[in-house]
Amino acid sequence: MMTLCVVAAGIGLAWLALILGALLYKGLAGLSLSVFTGMTPPPGEAGGLLNAIFGSVVMTVIAVIVGTPIGVLAGTYMAEYGRFSKLTTVVRFINDILLSAPSIVIGLFVYELMVRPMGHFSALAGAVALAILVIPVVVRTTEDMLNLVPNALREAGTAIGAPRWVVIKSVAYRAALSGIVTGILLAIARISGETAPLLFTALNNQFWSSNLNAPMASLPVTIFQFALSPYEEWQQLAWTGALVITLTVLALSIVARSLTGRRENG
Amino acid sequence: MSAAQEALPAVRSSREATVKRFAFTDAVFHALTRAAAILVLVLLGGVAVSLFAGSWQALSTFGFSFLTSESWNPVTEKFGALAPIYGTIVTSAIAIVIAVPIGIGIAIFLTELCPRPLRRPIGMAVELLAGIPSIIYGIWGLFVFAPFLQTTVQPFVIGIFHGVPGLNSLFAGPPYGIGLLTSSLILAIMVLPFITSITKDVFDTVPAVLKESAYGIGCTTWEVTRHVVIPYTRIGIMGGVMLGLGRALGETMAVTFVIGNAHRISVSLFAPATTISATIANEFTEAVGDLYTSSLVALGLILFVITFLILAIARYMLMRIDARTGA
Repeated sequence: MMTLCVVAAGIGLAWLALILGALLYKGLAGLSLSVFTGMTPPPGEAGGLLNAIFGSVVMTVIAVIVGTPIGVLAGTYMAEYGRFSKLTTVVRFINDILLSAPSIVIGLFVYELMVRPMGHFSALAGAVALAILVIPVVVRTTEDMLNLVPNALREAGTAIGAPRWVVIKSVAYRAALSGIVTGILLAIARISGETAPLLFTALNNQFWSSNLNAPMASLPVTIFQFALSPYEEWQQLAWTGALVITLTVLALSIVARSLTGRRENG
Repeated sequence: MSAAQEALPAVRSSREATVKRFAFTDAVFHALTRAAAILVLVLLGGVAVSLFAGSWQALSTFGFSFLTSESWNPVTEKFGALAPIYGTIVTSAIAIVIAVPIGIGIAIFLTELCPRPLRRPIGMAVELLAGIPSIIYGIWGLFVFAPFLQTTVQPFVIGIFHGVPGLNSLFAGPPYGIGLLTSSLILAIMVLPFITSITKDVFDTVPAVLKESAYGIGCTTWEVTRHVVIPYTRIGIMGGVMLGLGRALGETMAVTFVIGNAHRISVSLFAPATTISATIANEFTEAVGDLYTSSLVALGLILFVITFLILAIARYMLMRIDARTGA
């Protein structure tokens, strides 16, 4: 029986190696500077992914700027002001469900909320959809990390006469900083590969666009479109884009983990 | 009267002002954090309400038959959700059946067997598997995995079960490569890390004393795992499995690549099919007419309700194991 467990672990690791291997093999073949400098090409021509990368970065940044404060504040309520309140239990439960809710449903929600009333697809709607995915991740890590801050620290702050919000700001946040940053990094890692919520919010754009009120290209949606196309150049670009996303996500998660890892050891 | 005594009321009033100011800022900050927490609830409520509003047209047109009809015809505007619901449930179920034994096996390996220096790297590798975006699994499934299945595995399996009654319709050709089984296998790879990491976490909650006393009366590692660790963590494992199931049900991109998007229910696991999320992803931007769009939103509502129930059960189970360990 125990041998079977070793076999299971072997299968899991082999699968990971297989996927990463294929990705490296196919992706590296098309990796060149022009990928980062050229626009997405029409079929049959050479080009790059610059506008898609730019779109992904813009929407991710807006999503993080919108989602992080809400997530941190909600997490603060759950760990500090309302640690034992009924509201916290309910919010924790709902937040955990939101954390693993299908992202395509979030896309439909933002479509009904923004795209339909505005009458057109827009980068802003895509960013809002991503922000909704950021919030639960940040809420969860903020609450967990603030709960790890020893109460003696808070009491010491209160004892010198600091009001609650000063204690939270100058003591609790400072002690939990690396944990909260980890949460934000994990949230970025999560949304940078999300495709489903962008399909019918930000749509796609073949050209360079920095207009937030218009459809914008993003790396995952471009990969989706190019991979399913019959054109070889597009498929190659899709593989290269997939490699770029994967490396970004892996780098983000490794940095995030090493941040908390150092905490545990130190 | 000394000068100090004269100054006392002034000091007192400035202190009062400071305390008042602090109390005010504190109340503002408190309200702000509370509002953010309530916003999380509003978000989920908003999702439910907007999906219901968006799907009202389809639901009122087709009524209950939306759930039982297999037809999906944009030309005649007759829509039924049975085929996508069937595809969603079948792919997720097969994925879970494959992923659960492997996931629990890896968790046992990591907690009981693995040499200590290797634990962290291997655990981390499995968790990295969870972080890979689903579109990567999709593109890998379409270009690498599906052709492999099409040229080697599927013809072989079809050949073996050709004359076996029952199984020959389950594994009926032609081998497309894409289809129900391919999607299930990809989903299995995707939910594996979730199941493993939660199972590993709940295995770690087993008190060492329990395990040691079982070893003390001469149990083998397998007997300890089978009769002490697994019974003790049963609820937690179930919670992890349900969480994986929730993921599998809602997974979109990976499935969209390899399911084939065919609105029909066929017995064969090699046949192209569709799932709820794949249908929405493929057709939403091309949907012409309000009824078509509304039907797709109704599919989203069905998916939302199913995953909400599954995830709620999962969280409830995991909360019970948290309460027991006092975490």
